[in-house]
Amino acid sequence: MATITGHSELDSRPSGDMGKTGRLGDRIFSGLATGSGVVVVAIIAAVAVFLVAQAIPALTKNDANFFTDRIWDVDTTPLKFGIPDLLWVTVISSIFAMVIAVPIAIGVALFLVEYAPKRLAQPFSYLVDLLAAVPSIVYGLWGFAILQPWVKPFEDWLGSVLGWLPLFDTAAGVSGTIFVASVVLAIMILPIVTAISREVFAQTPVFHKEGALALGATRWEMIRTAILPFGAPGVISAAMLGLGRALGETIAVSLILSTVPTFSFSLFSGGETFASKIANNAAEFDTPTKAGAFIAAGLVLFVLTFVVNAIARVVIERRKAFSE
Amino acid sequence: MTAQTPTAPAPTSRPELDVLSGSRVLRNQIVTVAVYASFALAMIPLIWIMWSVVSSGWHLLADAGWWTHSQRNITTDKVGGGAYHAVFGTLVQALVCAVIAVPLGVFTAVYLVEYGRGRLARLVSFMVDILTGIPSIVAALFIYALWVTTFGLQRVAIAVSLSLVLLMVPVVVRSTEEMLKLVPNELREASYALGVPKWKTIASIVLPTAIGGIITGIMLGLARVMGETAPLLILGPYAAGINTDLFNGPMAALPTLIRDNFGQPDAAAVERMWASALTLILIVLLLNVTGRFVARFSGVRK
Repeated sequence: MATITGHSELDSRPSGDMGKTGRLGDRIFSGLATGSGVVVVAIIAAVAVFLVAQAIPALTKNDANFFTDRIWDVDTTPLKFGIPDLLWVTVISSIFAMVIAVPIAIGVALFLVEYAPKRLAQPFSYLVDLLAAVPSIVYGLWGFAILQPWVKPFEDWLGSVLGWLPLFDTAAGVSGTIFVASVVLAIMILPIVTAISREVFAQTPVFHKEGALALGATRWEMIRTAILPFGAPGVISAAMLGLGRALGETIAVSLILSTVPTFSFSLFSGGETFASKIANNAAEFDTPTKAGAFIAAGLVLFVLTFVVNAIARVVIERRKAFSE
Repeated sequence: MTAQTPTAPAPTSRPELDVLSGSRVLRNQIVTVAVYASFALAMIPLIWIMWSVVSSGWHLLADAGWWTHSQRNITTDKVGGGAYHAVFGTLVQALVCAVIAVPLGVFTAVYLVEYGRGRLARLVSFMVDILTGIPSIVAALFIYALWVTTFGLQRVAIAVSLSLVLLMVPVVVRSTEEMLKLVPNELREASYALGVPKWKTIASIVLPTAIGGIITGIMLGLARVMGETAPLLILGPYAAGINTDLFNGPMAALPTLIRDNFGQPDAAAVERMWASALTLILIVLLLNVTGRFVARFSGVRK
């Protein structure tokens, strides 16, 4: 599990390099290590460069406005494709997943840090981590074949109560709704949000907690005054990382979501996300221009997740300054 | 946590401080219930998914043919055949990926912990975080842009492995980095004091001390890439027969075997789909559990 705890070895190590001898072995080894680091940077740069380079030819041949036109037709010349529908479904399904997952993840993290019996806390957190080990295609199968009929009555109820809002309009009448996809995405991002929240909650200084308890706070008041304020940046960062994961999820969403002929703002409609659009059409990448249209969509997804992940990183970096 | 909830009243003469007010107790209890409930809620999908997959998939796995045969000449309406071709593909593609990703990841971690200072180290660390968050479909599109569009090559298994490298490297880097940080500085200093050069210190003192954690990271990384489907959709078309050539022709993998049987009306295909899902889960969980087991029993001893 990737850990972002806000503590970096780079900050605490002395700056002098004590063991360097300038011998051949040392030069080769440090060259290999530095080279690997540079390769990692180069890979990200190459991803950006290649995606941009191959998106541009398709974008210049695009007869529609890429950002505003609701059309995706890459089988005819000139090409006509635009992303607003994809953007909406991608963002709304991920945000809704986050809205479901984050409160539960905070609850689970508090349970593991404060409430669970000490001896069971470790096995319990393994169990939560196991959710992250389930392959996404299995989530897709389960969401499509098993979960969806169970969610249906709840959807109908929500539609009957809040149906007057465009967001909960049940007119589309499809089975594979964004709602179901969001529930599955929520389950998929739960372990990562939990793991990071748990880690920051566990770092709360004991003085803060004991201070609160010594002043007569109940356990909840101690959590509210000591743990949550200390952990808040970590939780925000965890939520953003979860959001990034949900934005890019491919196969589970692709298996669950029904494609619909007419776009709707409703959670109870179907549609396609960036990732599922690319995956659904992967078999038809026969010309570079056609593939370029999908690569352009992939580029937007890359930028979106890059920004979300960078924000997560900045939030946790800033926390470091106050944590000691 | 050493702190206890103060349920016993403090010894004081003023009675209004003796007892917690009703609303505070109530709120505390509501939160306690909510916290327990959220853990229970998180366990429901885990148990439910495992149950669905195991109950619908286990009969096929009990049959020896499942592990020794492919799906060649077996249409979706026919029972029979196995998953050998897909298990083979999944394992081989992941292993080839590991051959590239492990040295790259371990050396990057060595750089970050042992060598990296200043701006480049921060940049590398930032990029590893970005790589952690890169969607698998974007990694696959990148390799597609490089391999198919730029070099004009075919969609073959080796291209899948290359795109998996992007997804495995950050897992290996982060877990190796965590472990290297745990190696006590005294060990390094003792080695330097004996006149051992830095590279030998890292290669024969630091890395062996941290080997347990590195192996754990590799196994968790393998578990992650084996469950990936998006790169296979873009770069690894499904084939019903056994293909052992990484550079020629389509090679099956478990996720594409599942995808191939998805949405078919025939009972045989549905059962095959669940059985393949169970096979994939078993492999991934086995790697996960072994990885954690290794971590538990070979961690850096302080």
